[in-house]
Order: sequence, then C-alpha cells, then structure tokens
Amino acid sequence: MTVRNEPDVYWGAAGAGGTERPAVELASATSGAGSGATTETTPGATTEAASGATTGRPGGPAGGRATQPRGASTTLDTVRRAAETPDEPQPHAELGLADDEYARIREILGRRPSSSELAMYSVMWSEHCSYKSSKVHLRQFGEKAPESDALLVGIGENAGVVDVGRGYAVTFKIESHNHPSYVEPYHGAATGVGGIVRDILAMGARPVAVMDALRFGPATASDTRRVLPGVVAGIAGYGNCLGLPNIGGEVVFDACYAANPLVNALCVGVMRHEDVKLARAHGAGNKVILLGAGTGPDGIGGASVLASASFDSDAEGSAKRPSVQVGDPFLEKLLVECCLELFAAGLVVGVQDLGAAGLSCATSEMASAGTGGMRIELDVVPLRDSTLATEEILMSESQERMMAVVEPDRVDEFLAVCAKWDVPATVVGEVTEVSPEEAERGGRLVITWQDEVIVDVPPRTLAEEGPVYERPYARPASLDTLQADDPLYGPSALPRPRTGAELRDTLLRLIASPNLSDKTWVTQQYDRYVQGNTVLAMPHDAGMLRIEETAADSGASGSVGIAVSTDGNSRYTRLDPYAGAQLALAEAYRNVAATGARPLAVTDCLNFGSPEDPEVMWQFAEAVRGLADGCQELGIPVTGGNVSFYNQTGETPIHPTPIVGVLGVIGDVRRGLSHGFAKSGATVALLGETHDEFGGSEWAHAVHGHLGGRPPRVDLAAERALASVLVAAAGEELLAAAHDLSDGGLADALAEACLHGGVGCRLVLPERLDPFVALFSESAGRAVVAIRPGAEVRFAVLCAARGVPLTKLGVLGGDALEFDGLFRVSLDALREANESTLPALFD
Amino acid sequence: MGVVSFPGSLDDRDAVRAVRLAGGEPVALWHADRDLARVDAVVLPGGFSYGDYLRCGAIARFAPVMESIVPAARDGMPVLGICNGLQILCESHLLPGALTRNAGLHFVCRDQRLRIENTATPWTGTYDTGQEIVVPLKSGEGGYTADAETLRRLEDEGRVVARYMGTNPNGSVKDIAGICNEGGNVVGLMPHPEHAVDDLTGPTTDGLAFFASVVSSLVSA
Repeated sequence: MTVRNEPDVYWGAAGAGGTERPAVELASATSGAGSGATTETTPGATTEAASGATTGRPGGPAGGRATQPRGASTTLDTVRRAAETPDEPQPHAELGLADDEYARIREILGRRPSSSELAMYSVMWSEHCSYKSSKVHLRQFGEKAPESDALLVGIGENAGVVDVGRGYAVTFKIESHNHPSYVEPYHGAATGVGGIVRDILAMGARPVAVMDALRFGPATASDTRRVLPGVVAGIAGYGNCLGLPNIGGEVVFDACYAANPLVNALCVGVMRHEDVKLARAHGAGNKVILLGAGTGPDGIGGASVLASASFDSDAEGSAKRPSVQVGDPFLEKLLVECCLELFAAGLVVGVQDLGAAGLSCATSEMASAGTGGMRIELDVVPLRDSTLATEEILMSESQERMMAVVEPDRVDEFLAVCAKWDVPATVVGEVTEVSPEEAERGGRLVITWQDEVIVDVPPRTLAEEGPVYERPYARPASLDTLQADDPLYGPSALPRPRTGAELRDTLLRLIASPNLSDKTWVTQQYDRYVQGNTVLAMPHDAGMLRIEETAADSGASGSVGIAVSTDGNSRYTRLDPYAGAQLALAEAYRNVAATGARPLAVTDCLNFGSPEDPEVMWQFAEAVRGLADGCQELGIPVTGGNVSFYNQTGETPIHPTPIVGVLGVIGDVRRGLSHGFAKSGATVALLGETHDEFGGSEWAHAVHGHLGGRPPRVDLAAERALASVLVAAAGEELLAAAHDLSDGGLADALAEACLHGGVGCRLVLPERLDPFVALFSESAGRAVVAIRPGAEVRFAVLCAARGVPLTKLGVLGGDALEFDGLFRVSLDALREANESTLPALFD
Repeated sequence: MGVVSFPGSLDDRDAVRAVRLAGGEPVALWHADRDLARVDAVVLPGGFSYGDYLRCGAIARFAPVMESIVPAARDGMPVLGICNGLQILCESHLLPGALTRNAGLHFVCRDQRLRIENTATPWTGTYDTGQEIVVPLKSGEGGYTADAETLRRLEDEGRVVARYMGTNPNGSVKDIAGICNEGGNVVGLMPHPEHAVDDLTGPTTDGLAFFASVVSSLVSA
C-alpha cells in the first residue's frame, strides 16, 4: 500500500448524502453578476428545459424492462441524433454550465452532447462535484503534506485511510449538508449522516461512529427553534437507527448563521489493512451491479443544476429551493451489513457509493479510475418512479445506493448475499476494454436506453478534467478596521470585571451563554452506547472508541483505541482566516491529545460564502494556506474533506468556517483521559502560557456582543510540545484528568471539569496575571490537568523536558469552585447556570 | 444462549458480548430461521427491527424465528427482551401492554437509575430485592402503558421487574422500566443492561447480573 496524493483529484469522490449549496455558475452564466436570483430559472422551468420536448425524452416502446417514461411521445435524444442535429439549441446555461464550458464539451465530444450527456457534464462539472473554484488552493494539502508513515490512502479517494497499528486501519471524513438542512432540517441532516456513512463504507470499513459539527443562528431566534430541533432529530433518527454511536461534535450559535446553518457530519470506520477497497472498475468483462434503493426523483433539483444561488426572502426565491432527499436508515443499515458481508467474502473488485450526482458520478469516477471503459444499460436500473427521464435517472440523488464491480462468475454468490439481507441488486452493465486511442481521450463510457446509445463519453473528462478556475481574490477592505484594537472600540476598550463578585458573575453568565452552556438537550437524543465500544463521548474533549476488543479480553498489552475531535471558531477566522484556520486545527489537535491519544491525521470541511466574491475567495485562500501550513508544522496530513461554498444570504456571507477534524490513536484505551474532576486530592495545574488575548473571545461575544481585534496568537511548536506532554503523561498514568482550554478560557474549562466529575477545587491564581486575564483569556496552547497524588515530580520533569510551562493552581476537593481571595461558587450554582439554558429555549 | 438478529437489530453484538462476559455461550440466531439451535435461553436485542416501520416490533413479531420462540417461551424457556426486544414481546403478546413515544417526544439516551423489584425471575436472581442499579436507557418509544386492569395485575402479582428512579425519563406509567410474564421466565426491559457490563464502555457493570443470573439459573436447573 502506498501513499497516494493526487492534488488534481483532491477529494475526487464527489459528495456524500447529496448535494451541497449548488452551482451558482448558473447565476454568473445567466446574469453575469451572481448577485441575486433575478435571472435564474425555477426548478420547474429548468426541468422542462433539461428534459422536455426540445431536448428529447426517452421514448419509443417501453420494452420489457422499464416502464415507458413520461413524455414518451417525444424523441429520445440519442448520441446519433445529437450528431445529426448539431445546431439544436441546448439549455446549458440553465443547467449551470458557462458558455465556454459548453463549448469545451462540444470540443471533447466532437459534436453537441446528447441531453443525457449534457446532464452528466452539468452535475459533474458543478462546483460541488468538481471543486473548480477551490482546486487550485486545495492542492497545497498534497504539496505541503508532511511525511507520514500512517497514511495508507490519501486525498482523492472516498475518504483517507490511516494506519493505527496492529493491522488496523481507520478511515474518517467530514462533509457538509448545510443547505438541505436549512430547507428541510430533519431529512437534510439525516441524509447528511447517511451520505458520509456510505463514503466510509465504500472504503471497505465498518462504520463505527459519527459526530456532527453544527452551527445555528442566534439561540433565541424563532427560526433557530425550527432548524435546530429538526436537525438534531434528523441526525438522531438516522444515526440511531443505523446503530452508530454519536461520540462528539459541536453546537455553536452566531447571528451569521441565521439563514445558513451548518450541518457537517463526520463518520469514522475501521477495517484491517488488507480490506481497504477502492472505487475502481477493473477487469474487462466484470459486471457492474447497482445495489440498494430504487432510483427516484430525489434531489434532482438539488443536484447543483436547478437551484438558486442564494436564499433571498422573496417568494420567488423560495420556489427555487431544491428538493431535499429523503432518507431510509433501515435500508442503509441493511446495505452496510450486506456490503460488509460481500467484502468479507471477497466478492467485490471495486465499490463506490452513490451520493451527489448519483449514477453520473459513480459510473464516470469508477470507469475513469479503472480500465477507462464501462457500458451501462440504463433501462434496467430499478426505478421508484417509472416516469423518470434518462437525464433524471442519471442525476438522481436517491439515497442508500452503492455500485460494485464483480467478477462474472461471482455474480450469483453476490446476489445471494444481497437476497439474504433483502437488499435489491441489479446487474446494470459491465467493465469494457478501451483501445489505446480511447484511453488517450479519457476512456469510454457508453450508456444505453433500450439498446439506443444515449451517452458515449470519455469518463475522465467528467470525473477528473472538469474546469478549474483561478478566481480573483482580495483582502477585505474592512479588515484593517476590524482588526485594529481601537482604544475606543477595540477589545481592550471593553469594560472588564475587576472585583471577585464581578468575576463570579462573569463566570456564571458565560457558562449560561448558549455557546458555553451544557449541550445535553442535544446530545441525549443521540445513542452514544451502541456497538459497545464508546470510551469517551460528549461532553469530553474528543470522542474515544475502542477498536480492538479481543486484546482487552485476553489481558494483552491493552486495546488500541482512537480519538476524534472537531473544532472551528469562526469569529477567529473572521478576524484572521489564516490564523483562525490554524487555531481550529490546533484546538482539535489539542483536544485529541488531552484524551491521551496521539494525533495522526486531519479531515476538514470548509464552509464559506460565494467564491465569486473576491473577499470570500481571499478568506478561503488564506484559510486553506493556514491549514496546509499548520498541518505541515504539526506533522499530520489532511486525508480528505469537503468544501461548501455559497453559504450566504443575499450579499452577506457567513463568517468563514473551516471545521477541522483530527484523528488520534492510543495504544491502550484504558489509559484514555476524562476531562472530569472526579477524585479529591489531585493537584490542579495549568499548562502553557496565558496572555491578554480577548479578540474574538466568547467573553467579548457573549457579554459585549463585540467582534474585533486579533485572535489569539498561534504557536504550533508550543502545541506540539503540549500534546507530547499530555500523551506521555497519559501513557505513564500520571494524570487523573485533562481538559483543553479554548472558548471561555481557564474559568470555563475548570467549571466544566468540576461539573462533569462532580468534585470542586480550591485554587490560587498566579500573582503575575490580572485575575480577569488569568480566568477568561483564550490564549491557545493551554490545558488544565489533575495530577495524581505522587506523580507531581515526574510530571514536572516531563513538562520541563519539553519546555511546557507548568503552573500549579491548587487541589481537587469540596463541592465548590473556589479562587482564593477572589470568589467561591458552589457546583450547584454552576450546574444551575450551565444546564438551564438550552432546555429553556428548546423544550 | 441465543441472541436473535432481526434486520435492523443494533445491540445484538452487545448482547452477545454481555452473554460471553457473564460466562454464557452466545449463539447467533437469524430472524429467518425457525431453528433455535437447542439454546437454553434467548435474548431479543435492541435496535430498530425492520426499521420499526408501521409500529415498533410489529413486523418482527411475524418473523419465522418468533414462531419457535413464542411456544418455547410459553413452555418456560427464559427470554429477555431489551428495548426493541420488549416491544417485540409486547407485540407478540408474551408480555402485556404496549410502548408509546417518550413523553418529551425526543429520543432519550442517558444513564438511568433503576430499582430491581422482582428477583424471582431467572434474569434477576442474583440481584437483591430493592437493589438500585445504573444502566443506559436509550429509546424513542419507551413509555410503557397498559389498561388499568393489567396494571393492577402486574402490581398485585409482583411482575414489575424494574422501576425508574428519579425523574421519569419517558412517561412510563408507574415508572415501569421492565415487566415479566406470569411464569417469570419472559422478562422485558426498556433500559439496556448489556451496555453496563464493562467499566471502560458503560456507566457501571450493574447490568452484567441479568446475564449472570440466567447462566447460574440454567446451570443449577
């Protein structure tokens, strides 16, 4: 197995559950401005244009296999017909293709595309599937990738695969389902989970856990009361029914997400090294099998073709919202078990999930990555809606479908396993040879409908050779003002609490703020126990799973486990995208280390506004540069991820929000660290340096509604040192607890640790620091630990050897959080403040 | 001890693990198979059998394996239904009553305090009467309900096996968390003892005794 870094096909497998914010090339192509919805066509109109009479619907006798399609009296737009009618007008602009993109398709094919081909190019060359605006920047993740022995499969596959030792491999990836979750919160979020789970399954792994990074508008906004409960119920409804423990994630509120919530779903899977599967259609004569759900009219409007550029409040805008796919978690559960049995029996040559762009994506990507040749009989694809046109079948984003390549003499065995699991499966075509000339052109994918050829294209031109744009970018003019720590308006000008009573009130107010409040209202709707391997789940710094059970049973050298955390602070990124992205990375890295696990690899979900806005594009470019540089410095590669553009309402984009997921490994899960202070007597100490840093802080946000200044300073060398202390100390069992410091600073971290473990502490703050700064600053690279009695000297040696500043604060004990000479607050009062907020808002 | 996998069963492997940790020999039983492989007891695990479409447990009741389990249970074979398993037992009329959506209308996953009230069943023999335990509860349709006459009989005959303590998590009548049939051999529980068998992954190891109880009752029988 070799490391595979292919910047050109970064995140080559498009989409999971379905389509993200769709192609606004539509807007730029038709209006030239991309500034609104005024010139876009409605889904209905576009559907007509795409597959109505002018471009032909499949017609003719239905034959024995497929029901006669709707509009059968019109002509099927075959490849031959396309060649014979070169001048027939085609609605490429309505499908989101720019004039020059359409011209390039004609050049590739040497004729006009058939309507089915046009549909395929339009979805495969959409922003969502082709990464055409982001590709030039994302290349840095490959170019700057640090040397890593752990990477088994890198960027470009459905998900990256990481070696975690003892023959185990772990695959993980995060992906967005933002836009559908705003339109239809329950099914949007549910199918987001379903999609990322199939990505992980397609790598040959058993999915073992999910996490969700969620962003909503203000907690008090009435629309948040529509979106949040629906999203949470959708994640719960799908994930719980699949039997996947939900082990972590985030819930953050900010006005910038009011009409653009973010739903980023992460899935983790485990397999043996030798079981890694790739999406390849190898071996001419091998059969192509479609298994799972029937194909219906799901998400066709969402397939990046038919949707509006951005949400506007007018009625016309709402009519353009794409249809959201509807999930069936029961079928997905069967599909998971069925596929794992097929993999174990060695019945699969290659496998791919069907997500965004459905069959268009699966056929072209598998063919392109294999021999280059494939022939598909579209009329045998099982349909849920017999009136679907060929273009719609090719674009449909119906959930719970997979495509497999199987040797001909194993097909019967394959179908028998599918029958055991009641999973429908149909042979829809085969892998074909290509001539050297065809290979040169990019292979040959032929799709027929009742023996008529409706698609005949080089699949590489769909899957890998889409357009690439170097969009203009420009540093926002307003950034200087925003960053300046103006003596009147900057963060230093905000009135600070001074007295003990004021500091106490500030703490109670902060831990009751929606962002820092207890999230049990959300997380108790998720099953965190199923599969029986969850070591840590919410609200711990990272989720931790046991992945090797047998060693524990035999009492061997400990069971291997993994830890995963997702983080992202969009206020920091708004103030400085380069630093903000690195701070997100550093926090996830620190969170994983705080559980005792060694960070190994990164996945990211990059949520931004419109790439056609040069200021947004600058934010994107800076964030990617920051992340790539940060990964290089921390020595952990990006293995895959997802970009979500067009998260904006009208002209107003969300704060740039890169969500970073870090995966770590721990040799013995029984040495994993909780963040709860549970036992009296341990020494409480602070690791790292504290500075006066309040730009973008939770205090400025929650208390003053202020955003300005600069985010905390990034010191990745210090992060590395801190992580190495935490991992070593966990391994030597020197610590009783560890908790990373982030939003809300030391005070919030201590409150969480006391509440979670149920034991208070008596502390003395360092004299050299102003108490407010010591308690609430958000300086990075810090953690608070509880050192086991007797281990203090050894732990101090570890810290000194690695140059990590260690400040003893006090001891665990009692039922209050007490700062000598400042204030004391009982755990009951902390709990009351921390736990009442979300139930009061959402029950 | 047999552990049945229906399509959509989720906690079947966890039940297998619990049986093994309790010293029993787990045997996987398949929903489409009427053969019970000569097992001495059966666990119907949690999950969403057949997607819980139509009504929780309503389709699983008609699975071929149930054609063998129902008469065996009536003949006295120990059967434990956990969560979805309890729903299946109610749908099969091996246990009275039914489960409704949680009072809060949300799925609830939490560490739940219970009181064991009946230790005369093969599944609870090693507990002390009145013993308090903590095991995970995770369900969306966990509110037990039955008509007044049935409830009266359950109470009078001591057939409430376990009761929720503290705040009622799901609106179950009389805080009922688990019940048994007249013979005591069929027990249904909404909470999940199989997820409290190892300190590493569960809140406690309080659940192990359900499986250890039946193992010791079978050995001594």
